[in-house]
Amino acid sequence: MDAFLLQILNGLDKGSAYALIALGLTLIFGTLGVVNFAHGALFMIGAFCAVTLERLLTLSFETIDPTKTDFLGNPLKVKTPYVESWFGPETGAAIIDWSVPLALIFAIPVMLAIGYAMERGLIKHFYKRPHADQILVTFGLAIVLQEVVKYFFGANPIQTPPPEALRGSVDLGQMIGFQANAIIYPIWRLIYFFFAVAVIGGVFAFLQFTTFGMVVRAGMADRETVGLLGINIDRRFTIMFGIAAAVAGLAGVMYGPLNPPNYHMGMDFLVLSFVVVVVGGMGSLPGAVLAGFLLGILESFASTTWATTTLPGINQIIIYLVAIIILLTRPRGLMGRKGVMED
Amino acid sequence: MLGLGKKDTTLLIVVAVLTLCAPFILNPFPAGSAMAQFNAGYPDLMQRFVIFGIFAVGFNILFGLTGYLSFGHAAFLGVGSYSAVWIFKLFTYNVLPAIALSVVVAGLFSLLIGFVSLRRSGIYFSILTLAFAQMSFALAYSVLSNPKFNLTNGETGLQVYTDDPQWFHSDRLPDLPHLFGLSMRATHTMHMGDWSFSFNTGYYLCAVVMLLVFYLAIRIFRSPFGMMLRAVKSNQQRMNYTGLNTRPYTLAAFVISGMYAGLAGGLMAAMDPLAGAERMQWTASGEVVLMTILGGTGTLIGPVLGAGFIKYFENIFSKINDTVLHGWFGFLPDGLEDVMVFIVHPFIGKGWHLTLGLLFMLVVIFLPGGLVEGGQRLARWIRGRRAEDSRRKTEPAE
Repeated sequence: MDAFLLQILNGLDKGSAYALIALGLTLIFGTLGVVNFAHGALFMIGAFCAVTLERLLTLSFETIDPTKTDFLGNPLKVKTPYVESWFGPETGAAIIDWSVPLALIFAIPVMLAIGYAMERGLIKHFYKRPHADQILVTFGLAIVLQEVVKYFFGANPIQTPPPEALRGSVDLGQMIGFQANAIIYPIWRLIYFFFAVAVIGGVFAFLQFTTFGMVVRAGMADRETVGLLGINIDRRFTIMFGIAAAVAGLAGVMYGPLNPPNYHMGMDFLVLSFVVVVVGGMGSLPGAVLAGFLLGILESFASTTWATTTLPGINQIIIYLVAIIILLTRPRGLMGRKGVMED
Repeated sequence: MLGLGKKDTTLLIVVAVLTLCAPFILNPFPAGSAMAQFNAGYPDLMQRFVIFGIFAVGFNILFGLTGYLSFGHAAFLGVGSYSAVWIFKLFTYNVLPAIALSVVVAGLFSLLIGFVSLRRSGIYFSILTLAFAQMSFALAYSVLSNPKFNLTNGETGLQVYTDDPQWFHSDRLPDLPHLFGLSMRATHTMHMGDWSFSFNTGYYLCAVVMLLVFYLAIRIFRSPFGMMLRAVKSNQQRMNYTGLNTRPYTLAAFVISGMYAGLAGGLMAAMDPLAGAERMQWTASGEVVLMTILGGTGTLIGPVLGAGFIKYFENIFSKINDTVLHGWFGFLPDGLEDVMVFIVHPFIGKGWHLTLGLLFMLVVIFLPGGLVEGGQRLARWIRGRRAEDSRRKTEPAE
C-alpha cells in the first residue's frame, strides 16, 4: 500500500507539469483555435526567467579586504552582491536564496508580455490560414526562441536550487499514519504539486466566477455570436493567450529546481503535452488537467523496477501507447466535446 | 517521352543533367582560391543533397498532394537505415539487398503507422505521427538495445563489427558498402588547371536512384491516383459524401512516402554504414517538412530545391566563423566592421539553427508557396503581369 502511494506521489510532479502545459495549450486551442507548437518554448522561457532573476540578484561589485589575503598573498577580493549592500547582508542573502519563488513575481509580467506580443505580432495573422501553416510557423518560432536562449545562456543545464529551507525531504508516511521512513518525499516536489493545483484552480475560478471569464467561455462556445453582441472578443482572447503563456511560464519557473533548465527542455515536454491534450480531449480544460495527472502517474508506475524488468523500457513508451489506444477506442479523448476539430 | 508530357520531360531532363553534372556545377571556384569555401562539389555533401532530395520528394507526395502534415517521417528514415545496416552485418556489404530491404521494412512500418494515424485528420494526424515517431525514437534509443535483445545498439548507433557473420562476404570484396565490388567510397578526382572535380561512386548511385524515384514521383503526380489525392486535399468531406472511401488512397500515399523515406535511410546507411537513433528524432522530421515548404509544397521540383538549399547553407553557415566575417567586412571602417561582425555573429557557425528557424518563419509567413512560388512571382514581375488572379493557395486536409 505504501509502495503504491509512493508511486502515485512520484508521478505527481511530472503530472503537474504536463497538466499545466496542457492546460495552456488547451486554452489557446479552445479560444483562438491555434495549435501552438511554441508552447514548450514558453515553458522553457519561464524556467530561464528564474535563471535570469538569480543572475540579476547576484550581480555584485568587488571590494578589496586588506585584512585578509588569498593563497597567493595578495589582498583578498571580496564579492558583494548589490542586494546585500542595499538590504544588509542577512536580508540580501535571504533574497538571493529565495530567488526561485521570487521569480514567480518576476515571470508573470514577462510571460504575459511575451504571450501578448506573440499573439499580436505573429499568431493574429494566422487565424485564417490552414492549421498546417499555424503548426509550421509556431514550430519555426519555437526553434528561434530556443536558439536565442541557447545563445545567451549556453547549451548546458543551469542549476537553480530551491531555497535552503525547502530542500530535503519530509516523511510523508509518518504524517498520514504509516510507519516511519516508508514514504520519503522531497519537499519541493510536494510544493510543485500544490502550486500546480493552485494555478489550475485559479485559472478555473477565473473562467468560472468572473464576468471576463464568462465572456471568454461564451466566446469559446460561439465566437461569432459573442462578436455580434458587440463584445470585442478578440481582445479578450489575446489576454487569454497571455494568461496561457503565463501558466506555462510559471510551470517552468517552479520546475527549475526539479530538473536544471536547459534550452531544449521545452521541446521534450511539448511532445508529451500534445499527447496529454489529445488524450484528455482537444478543447476540454478539465480533460487536459485530468490526463496530465493520469499520464504522469502512469509513467511513474511504469518506471518501477517490477515493470521495467518485466517489459524493459516500458516507461519510455507507455504514454504513447496509451495515447494510441485511447485515440483508437475513444477518438475524442477522455473528455472531448463533440464538434471540436471534427469538420 | 516515357509517358510524360512535354513540360515534364523537359523538367526530368533538366534535373538529370543537373544531378549528373553536379560535380562540375557545384565546384565553380578553383581549389585554393578564397571562394573555394563556397564549393559544394565534394562527395559527402553531394550525397546528402541527393538523399535528402529523395526524402523530401517522398514527403511531398503525402503533404503536397493530400495535405496531411506528418511530423514523424524521420522514423521511416531511421528504420530504413537500421535495416540496411542489419543486412551489412548479417549478409553482405552489397548495397542492393540493403536498400531493397530498407524500402520494404519502411513500407511495412509506415503501413502500420498509417493505418492507425490516418483514422484522424488535421491536427490529430500531425500529433499522432509525432507521437509515433517519438515512440520509435525511444524504442531505438533505449528500449530495443538491452543486452537480451539488441536491435539498435542504443546510443552508440548500429554499426558493423569484425565479428559479425557477414555470410556472403568474401575477401576479394571491399570491406565497405559496395555495388558488386565497386566501393561506395571510390572517388576519381579530375584536375583541370586550378579546378578539381571529384566523381564518387556513392554519389552516382544515389543520383541514379534519385532520378528513378523522381520520375516515379512525376508519374504519380500526373496519374488518376495523384488526381484523387489532390481531391482529398481540396475537399475530403465532399469526396466522402459522393460515397468514395478516401482512406485507401491516403494510406497508399502515406506508405509510398514512407518507402521514399526508407530508401533515403537505406542510401544514407549505404554511404556510411552506421545508423543512429538521432536520425529519428522529431526535429529531423521537422527538417524534411522545412525542406518541402521552403522549396514549394505540391510542386515537383520544390522539395529537391529545398533539400539542396538547406543542406548547402547548413554546410556553408556552419563553416563561417568570425575570422571569415572580418575578412568580408574588412572594407568597412574598423568600428563599423566590428558592429557588422557583432550583428551577423549569432547567425553563423553554431547559430545555423537560429537562421534556419527565422528562415522557416519568414517563408511560412510571406511565401507559403516556397522558392518555386518566389521564382514564379519573380518571373511574372519581370514579364510585368499582375499576379493576383493566378495565385494558387494550398489548403490542407481538415
